[in-house]
Amino acid sequence: MSGTLADLKVGEQAEIIGFTDELLSLKLLEMGCLPGTVIELTHQAPFGDPIAIKVSGYTLSMRKEEAATIQVKTK
Amino acid sequence: MSKLPKIALIGNPNAGKSSLFNSLTGLNQKTGNFPGVTMDKLTGIWELEPNRKVEVLDLPGIYSIYPKSIDEELVINILGNPSHADYPDMAIVVADASNLKRNLLLFSQVRDLGIPTVLALNMVDVAENQGYVINSIKLARELNIEVAEINAKKGIGVNGLRLAVEKTLKNRYASNDALPLPVGDELLADITAEYGEADPYRSLLWLMEHDRMKMFSEEQRIGFDRLQEKHRFDAKSYKTSETVKRYEALSEIVERCVINLNRQWDAPPVKTMTDRLDKFFLHPVGGYLIFLGILFLMFQAVFTWAAYPMDAIDGGVAQLNDYLKEILPESALTGLLTDGLIAGIGGVLIFVPQIAFLFFFISMLEETGYMSRVMFIMDKLMRRFGLNGKSVVPLMSGVACAVPAIMSTRSIGSWKDRLITIMVTPLMSCSARLPIYTVLIALVVPEKSTLFGMFNLQGLALFGLYLLGFFMAILSAWVMKQLLQVKEKSYFIMELPTYKGPRFKHMALSIYNSVKAFVFEAGKIIVAISIVLWVLASYGPGDSLSTVEQSVRQANPTLSAPELANKVAAEKLEQSYAGHFGHFIEPVIKPLGYDWKIGIALITSFAAREVFVGTMSTIYSLGGEVDDENATIKNRMRAEINPETGKPLYDAALGFSLLIFYAFAMQCMSTLATTYRETKSWKYPAIQFLYMTTLAYLSAFVVYQLLV
Repeated sequence: MSGTLADLKVGEQAEIIGFTDELLSLKLLEMGCLPGTVIELTHQAPFGDPIAIKVSGYTLSMRKEEAATIQVKTK
Repeated sequence: MSKLPKIALIGNPNAGKSSLFNSLTGLNQKTGNFPGVTMDKLTGIWELEPNRKVEVLDLPGIYSIYPKSIDEELVINILGNPSHADYPDMAIVVADASNLKRNLLLFSQVRDLGIPTVLALNMVDVAENQGYVINSIKLARELNIEVAEINAKKGIGVNGLRLAVEKTLKNRYASNDALPLPVGDELLADITAEYGEADPYRSLLWLMEHDRMKMFSEEQRIGFDRLQEKHRFDAKSYKTSETVKRYEALSEIVERCVINLNRQWDAPPVKTMTDRLDKFFLHPVGGYLIFLGILFLMFQAVFTWAAYPMDAIDGGVAQLNDYLKEILPESALTGLLTDGLIAGIGGVLIFVPQIAFLFFFISMLEETGYMSRVMFIMDKLMRRFGLNGKSVVPLMSGVACAVPAIMSTRSIGSWKDRLITIMVTPLMSCSARLPIYTVLIALVVPEKSTLFGMFNLQGLALFGLYLLGFFMAILSAWVMKQLLQVKEKSYFIMELPTYKGPRFKHMALSIYNSVKAFVFEAGKIIVAISIVLWVLASYGPGDSLSTVEQSVRQANPTLSAPELANKVAAEKLEQSYAGHFGHFIEPVIKPLGYDWKIGIALITSFAAREVFVGTMSTIYSLGGEVDDENATIKNRMRAEINPETGKPLYDAALGFSLLIFYAFAMQCMSTLATTYRETKSWKYPAIQFLYMTTLAYLSAFVVYQLLV
């Protein structure tokens, strides 16, 4: 199933397949969010935003609207 | 001193760069756990071997050479410009081995800029605990550079690093000349023709980041824009594709050099300490409660615990003054020294305990990695008001002093969010307002009364003023958000570092630096104002002051000697330059309930509000007995009678009007100077001054007219 990172629930894993925002994608790539990487949504701040994900061994936080630019595929 | 070889320390935030810097140079500085703490230029001397020294430059933590915020810009301005005074002879890239691929991205960019580079692999033990074994010899061969394994925190591996640096300085390894992603030869040729010979990757950096690089003139920037257009070069997509390409190459290298033990057993990933702590600190309800608890503890420290050293400083300065007045001959010079200079310095020193306590907490929260969690849970709330999760740190620091608080906004990537944070931070009640609050609250709020028999009303009033400052800050931020119609995207992509125990040596240094900055930056102005004020209050036009004593004595023949002295002093003040100024502005401040004496205090505290209490004690002509300065000022002010009504002047209406005025007014030259430095324009400090002062005037007016 494919969707965006913003649709995941806490504890769910998914694989990054692409980005929809060119400007953000550079920052995300630099932070290690590469297509093909498996990520896990680990935390949601109160009110569901921002979120934190586990990616290549560390924790990365981002806002929900930023997460919505990351396309993911769940198993 | 002859020119020493320069080494730049580069690395991701939290990779251990600052710890390495400390163990190499022995010189300590502030280090933190969230992006952007290493701000000012930090250099140290590293003795490679006896009589062979190198200069080490600690640069801000970055994830890539393409900057996203002001503090990150510094790095390309140095590394991209070989004629820069700080351009290094070589670089050490510190990499967190437990997150190797991401750390190598930066390394490969630095190396491609043509700077001889050594890779320092830090936290190898952490990587091994996670099941990754790195073959650093193989890695060195694959990357064609020297690699040294280090443990920055414990200072292990410095010898290996020393050898790697020696070799690199001697051999000056040629960089990888091929571009990570090829571009047209004509484009490179055009850049060379117009801007001179450069490494191809550096030329591309110029082309893409010229707006952020200070070495280029307006004309040259236009030239770069023209070249981009001519060759249909899209910087954004180049950077993206370049990053992907680099990762592809690095993945293969990492694949070959790192053994993943986990794969063999396919064991579930271990829950780390950080995962477990985040269960509490990022909990939707518990997270806020913990943060509130920490804030409560902080305020408790700043207001209760700091009172003891403050009293000691206050008493010490007063005693010193008394002593000096006793042993020195009575003269204008003695007056200048005691009531002018020493009183002024005392007024600065008294804030030191509070600032120290506050920065103790803030640096502890930064050191441990908790501050990033605060940003995380506060972001959504702050965003509603045009701020950003990262605005929490400046707003919290603002309770101590707006100067370091405004400087700490540099890590905020979005210009709009940063500007709004800078503009509203001075509304947070800083420690300079505290003595004013204390004196005025004591005058207008009854000491004995409590709410529900448990809360001290004076304490509640003080807490209320701090809340008022905070709410006015976020309200102003909201208004500015509506006014600033900038379509700039702010983002919040941020690493949440692992929790670490605080390094107390770093914290001590961080506190020391903040206190030093306050004492010297703010101190200079406060002392200068105290002296100017003393002169203005001691001299008057013509010989008006010299005749005062005589005329007062003649008018009041029955007064006792000390009463007469007070009367004379008060009369002298009214006749002095300061008194004339006070009378001059009285019509403007009358609607707020203030008389000319308060006018003098207002004028003098426009440069630094902390001189208010000092001015008040000068105005109410206190003699030498200043053992309990505040209490005496309080009593003098309480005894002041309003000549029009015959009732005490400092009633609730005037007291609250003054409190509100001081809560909102921009009365700090150091802050305005800092705003200018950080925004590089006089426009913003001017706006800041005007909006805050207008807000203060109008609010004080409303409060006075409602209560009177």
